[in-house]
Amino acid sequence: MTGTQLNALEVKNLVVHNTALTAVRGLDFTLPAGGRMGLVGESGSGKTLTALALMGLLPMGWQANGTVHHDGVDLIAQSDRALSSRRGRTISMVFQDPLSSLDPVRRIGVQVSSVIRRHTNVGKREAESQTIELFRQMSLPRPEQLMRAYPHEISGGQRQRIMIAMALACYPQLIIADEPTTALDVTVQKQVLRILNAAVKDRGCALMMITHDLPIIAAMCDTVAVMYAGRIVEMGPVAEVFRNPRHHYTKGLLDSQPTMDNIALDGSSRLASIPGMVPPLHSLPAGCAFHPRCAAATEACMTRVPPLDDGSRRTACWHPIEASVAMVTA
Amino acid sequence: MNAPVETPLLGRPLLEMRQVTQTYSLARPTLLGTRPSLTVLDHIDFDVRPGEAVGLVGESGSGKTTLTRILTGMEKPREGHVFYNGADIWDGDGERWRTFRRSVQVVMQNPRSSLDPRMRIGVSLLEPLRSLKIEGDHATRVFEVLDQVGLSRQALERYPHEFSGGQLQRIAIARALMPGPKVLIADEPVSALDVSIQAQVLNLLKDLVNNLGLSLVFIAHDLSVVAYTTSRVSVMSAGKIVEVGKPMDLFVRPQAEATRNLVGAILTVESGLAGNALA
Repeated sequence: MTGTQLNALEVKNLVVHNTALTAVRGLDFTLPAGGRMGLVGESGSGKTLTALALMGLLPMGWQANGTVHHDGVDLIAQSDRALSSRRGRTISMVFQDPLSSLDPVRRIGVQVSSVIRRHTNVGKREAESQTIELFRQMSLPRPEQLMRAYPHEISGGQRQRIMIAMALACYPQLIIADEPTTALDVTVQKQVLRILNAAVKDRGCALMMITHDLPIIAAMCDTVAVMYAGRIVEMGPVAEVFRNPRHHYTKGLLDSQPTMDNIALDGSSRLASIPGMVPPLHSLPAGCAFHPRCAAATEACMTRVPPLDDGSRRTACWHPIEASVAMVTA
Repeated sequence: MNAPVETPLLGRPLLEMRQVTQTYSLARPTLLGTRPSLTVLDHIDFDVRPGEAVGLVGESGSGKTTLTRILTGMEKPREGHVFYNGADIWDGDGERWRTFRRSVQVVMQNPRSSLDPRMRIGVSLLEPLRSLKIEGDHATRVFEVLDQVGLSRQALERYPHEFSGGQLQRIAIARALMPGPKVLIADEPVSALDVSIQAQVLNLLKDLVNNLGLSLVFIAHDLSVVAYTTSRVSVMSAGKIVEVGKPMDLFVRPQAEATRNLVGAILTVESGLAGNALA
């Protein structure tokens, strides 16, 4: 168990499946204490099921195998009861839609302070004053009045800040944020990200940011893992992966982002796009799952699954993009 | 307000709104009180010329959706006029209305909710021809439109649940093209789609403008996507159009506060890596 104390999360061969489908097909990664990792993927890549498996919140019928070391225990082997006492205390999650994560008929103050009272030994008064302090840290206006408000009375950005406050209330070692700003208005997104960023940094807690939005990962994370069809296809320090992608899928994702160069052409340019579509789970292609959409695919790609190589930069590709080639095409 | 953007010889506006104001009345605050009203559009002028791609951006609540509803004839404005080809759509006979309905078609944000789940794609595609009572060789038209959006003929026999979001959006675009419109109005057409698919759909919309000479009205909250797709962008805030300009000008020299907010909200991979994106 060496190193476990230094890591917020050690995932080994995580598989998530139900009776018919396997959505996550063997993930290995380590998130150091206080580290920030981004998990990028499109719908169907398995990124959300990965998060739910880590939290012990898989939907009915889904099952996780493998090991997930966190805080000295294997989360996969834990009972529901043990996981329940852990959620919100050592590991917590911020979901995409704050409106459906908050109880509509309970006052906000009660919802947040009850998390504190559940996991720590403080009285009602103390929990309430801690909640008000949290709201202040989240730059929420009029924290005292907010305690008595109901979720429908406040804006989407404020609701998501409440969710972040709730997730951070007990100083967890790890916070998992699954598309935390996708449901918010663009002009509010940055503010919420800024607050999440600062709060995580202040507490020294580790962050796992799950999103399809590459710029958010670039702004918030140290490392990034790119998922495709249930596997990690590329992983490494954010700046290296994004500036110098080795997997053709990563490069395709980066190239399909509108940039100032596209915009400068007043609507006359074309974006590079990845042909085809994400394969459905029930008919994944053999070999590398990305091969039908990949320009560099050969025989080998159609039959053999490329392994994720070792090192700080990891790529699962039979024909990775060479650094020099990437520089020329960039 | 900026000086109007000069458009290269595109002729008269094909679809235009002049001085449109829309108000909704709210609930009475007290039993005997008067109903307060809410102005959601305030003297809006908006137009698109033949073959032109124009954009409309704004935060939620700025009035984009109401403007779209009025532009497509789903809602009648309290004040002001909507003209198609110079004729007021709300002041004419059934024939004028029918021409307008054929010529202006809409693509919505979520293709899953805009296609009937129990209807085969082929039937869905024929629906607009049936409801608009358009005569002609429907089969040929269906094949022609499938080619335009890059779908195979096998799609016709299948049901919406058999397709991914990106393909469904292509189908929704195909259905909008069926009656042979002159103007396509796309309301957040890519925000429900995966990143790798967004670029495909954006490129398809551009191709339709370039190859078929369609006019496009592209409505979204993301200025970078709108800027990429169109050549003239209007920025909305609190029911008013606060700025109109070429995409690059809006980025480099935003005048209105709403534009500055939208430009400031854009995160890019480069600014993120530079480490100052959230400063």
